[in-house]
Amino acid sequence: MSTEFGVWVAALMTIGLFSFLYKDNPFFKVCEAVFIGSSTGYWAVVYFFDNLQKKLWEGIFPPDGAVGDAWLWGGAILGILMLCRLSNKIGWIARWPVSFIVGATAGLYMINYFVSSAMMQVASTMQSLVVTNGGGIDWQATIGSVVVAVAVVSGLIYFFFSKEHTGAFGGVAKVGIWFLMITFGASFGYTVMSRMSLLIGRMDYLFGDWLGMIR
Amino acid sequence: MVSTANQGDRRCATNLIRLLLVTFAVLLTFLHNRALADNSAVDTSSVVSASITPLAPPTSLVVSDHVYDNAERLDLVWVPSIDDKLIASKLIEYRVYRITDSGDGQRIAVLPAGANSFSDENVESGHQYSYYITSVGADSEFPSISSEPIEPEREWLNYHLISLLLICMIIGVAITYFIETARRGKKLFIRRIAGLEAIDDAVGRATEMGRPILFIPGIQDMDDVGTVAGVTILGRVCRVVAEFDTKISVPTSRSLVMTAARETIKTAYQTAGRPDKYSDDMSNYITDEQFGYVAAVNGIMVREKPATCFYMGTFYAESLLLAETGNSVGAIQIAGTSNPMQIPFFVVACDFTLIGEELFAASAYLSSEPKQLGSLKGQDLGKAIALTAITIGVIAATGSSAWHIGWMQDILNALESIFLTR
Repeated sequence: MSTEFGVWVAALMTIGLFSFLYKDNPFFKVCEAVFIGSSTGYWAVVYFFDNLQKKLWEGIFPPDGAVGDAWLWGGAILGILMLCRLSNKIGWIARWPVSFIVGATAGLYMINYFVSSAMMQVASTMQSLVVTNGGGIDWQATIGSVVVAVAVVSGLIYFFFSKEHTGAFGGVAKVGIWFLMITFGASFGYTVMSRMSLLIGRMDYLFGDWLGMIR
Repeated sequence: MVSTANQGDRRCATNLIRLLLVTFAVLLTFLHNRALADNSAVDTSSVVSASITPLAPPTSLVVSDHVYDNAERLDLVWVPSIDDKLIASKLIEYRVYRITDSGDGQRIAVLPAGANSFSDENVESGHQYSYYITSVGADSEFPSISSEPIEPEREWLNYHLISLLLICMIIGVAITYFIETARRGKKLFIRRIAGLEAIDDAVGRATEMGRPILFIPGIQDMDDVGTVAGVTILGRVCRVVAEFDTKISVPTSRSLVMTAARETIKTAYQTAGRPDKYSDDMSNYITDEQFGYVAAVNGIMVREKPATCFYMGTFYAESLLLAETGNSVGAIQIAGTSNPMQIPFFVVACDFTLIGEELFAASAYLSSEPKQLGSLKGQDLGKAIALTAITIGVIAATGSSAWHIGWMQDILNALESIFLTR
């Protein structure tokens, strides 16, 4: 069994959070409060030193005496405007930086999203349905190409909102949702397995690092 | 006695002479070996110098900024080495070196003999770069003259994205048209989305049971489109909540999301004619830590026992932890996320799930506002363009690959030039 104070704290916190599986209890509440409080404090310090000090302050007033980045004043002003929320009279000004962030984000990400999630996907789907290999048909690759084409087209039709899913259109949409569900099933199994590895990691910590029962 | 003494002196003299001879021999051996070593060193260096084959370096190196890009590329052109043109050339390859404005130099590419151009795509605006190229033989390297420092420039128009601009313009025109059509009073059809139909019922259930509603807008910040969509849906939910006078709680994991959520709730309450019922306590910040946030929200669920839980936004590993706890307290649950890895967990643990694009269509569906309806209709036009392109592209690819039809290859190339932007 470990004699390190840190290992004991981590082990007891782990058990405390696991105790939620039984029901809500005081032990869990203590662990929850410690977890939230310490993480909030940690992130407050990280944000202060990484953003306010390193990026903003040292960006505007570089320690080596170089010329500061004037654009950062824009961020500083927006940040100060956010603090207007603390006043009832001028609290409405805090909407401006929020609007700026949402609008700028939409504009900046539009190209990246459109290129990676639409244009590239369309280009990648334009593959031959019949794949040949050394003069003959490669049936495995051919079936793969057909599945990709049918899944993409039917999936797109499912997400078409301007037409009711009835008749042949509805039939294709139904094929689309089947493909989506099969994909979700595969994804579910894959992710559950990764969660199992996380659980094994915790058990390894409790029985190995803490209790010393596993070497 | 005399003879004995003489014999001893003679022996001593003999020993002395032997010692001198041995010392002399050792000295001679040492000098001889040293002379040999010096000679061998001279011989070795003469061999090496004889094996180096002098190569002419490349000449006329010109570095220029790549036009119509985002300052992400510099183009290098040079005249190859004269030795490169010989039939029995000793030139093996060219090596491209880059020197940054901080003076750091590094090899960035190795090109085969015969090359006369290269594009450096690992440059940034605001920095200057100079280059030199070396002709490389079997055991030697001869550099060209370094180019003048050059800084990549950003152009207003990125030529590689011109097709993207055209498609966006087509969709933009369509959106404007549909918005104007909706404003003129024409009803724009949108198919039924089951998960959204249930929102009013879910809020009504909470009202009847006298229990609160929990709305989780994901764990990302306001620079995430999923979060923006989630906060938009929050506005619609809060309007119904205000009308029914139900209690709502919106815990957030980002301070900026809390600010946006409070503004959204406040506006919804004002729209519903209940501004006095609004309170800042409806939305609060928990922590940025993913699982700390989960622990807190799970605690809220088991203690306050909400009648309805909404999960609208971007979620990661916490999706199942939240949805399972909500399920265990008997809440009716409606979820929506665009993260395909987390949709399965919501599907198994929630009553209704908005899948991917449905999350973004939700706000238009719920509000029926002309702007949002027009936007949704314009997106549908984009999907129709994509469907048409995929269908034609697949037919063309099959025709050109399986039956070697030339004009189908031309069609495929044309489509790829449109959709492959880089």
